[in-house]
Amino acid sequence: MLIETIIFYVFAVMFIANATMVVTQRNTVYSALFLVMTFFCAAALWMMLDAEFLSIILVLVYVGAVMTLFLFVIMMLQLEKLPTSQKLLRYLPWGVLIVALTVGGLLYSIKPNNFSADTFATVAHPTDYSNIYQLGMVLYTHFVYPFEIAAVLLLVAIVSAISLSLRKPHRKMQNVSNQVRVRREDRIRLINMPTEKKQEGNP
Amino acid sequence: MISLANYLIVSGIVFAIGLAGIVLNRKNLIVLLMCIELMLLAVNTNFLAFSHFFGNNLGEVFVFFVLTVAAAEAAIGLAIMVVLYRNHNTIDVEQLDSLKG
Repeated sequence: MLIETIIFYVFAVMFIANATMVVTQRNTVYSALFLVMTFFCAAALWMMLDAEFLSIILVLVYVGAVMTLFLFVIMMLQLEKLPTSQKLLRYLPWGVLIVALTVGGLLYSIKPNNFSADTFATVAHPTDYSNIYQLGMVLYTHFVYPFEIAAVLLLVAIVSAISLSLRKPHRKMQNVSNQVRVRREDRIRLINMPTEKKQEGNP
Repeated sequence: MISLANYLIVSGIVFAIGLAGIVLNRKNLIVLLMCIELMLLAVNTNFLAFSHFFGNNLGEVFVFFVLTVAAAEAAIGLAIMVVLYRNHNTIDVEQLDSLKG
């Protein structure tokens, strides 16, 4: 139990530290990489919450796909590093105020006697407990319609992303009528020339 | 012993960091999208903590759908950003004021 506590605190501190680095970094590539680290720490915390399937999904989908997409876009757009130190400081009081209000309100509402270990004890699972089995049993029975709606939503996202980025002046597509109308004479030219003699000493 | 309160405090702090990042960030829209991802991550951690300590896996189902919608949102947001960069040649938050808002 002590080891579990140590692991929790290590990953919680890394989670918060990496999230802070995402916000405060100047370079956008660095903040994307710190966001990757944040996802890893969150996946470790989720693993401690017995949500193995979602934790692995987080690493596979977010670190593997979404953050790669972010990095692609960052490197495609050629953003310059802006010297925004004084601009950052201009809005710093508001940021500190928001963090103080949110964390203060949370600490006030999460009093130790509200959500303590006595009130919410950890549910001990049997040894043959399978998270993925339980999730699948719920997802494919009660939530099968929302599941299909999620699939349609992903399809709509694909179509809209492609149609947004394929606009008229930038589109590269084949002109079928030009392809059909092409003749042999346009592509190949036969010429007549005398045979060349191989010169001596010139290999 | 790790209780529900520990998870709630961690996810609350990360949510506040994401919210502060949206206020502080005057550089570009990509960092803003990343802050939204941070806030969604904190909310998902909250869902999973409650789901674990209530012994009910409906929270995990909800996290599943939130992850799906967040992935779609990231894809569409980045596509909009690419179009915006083509048209305005910048994604600086302070220069995107053509709507006069």
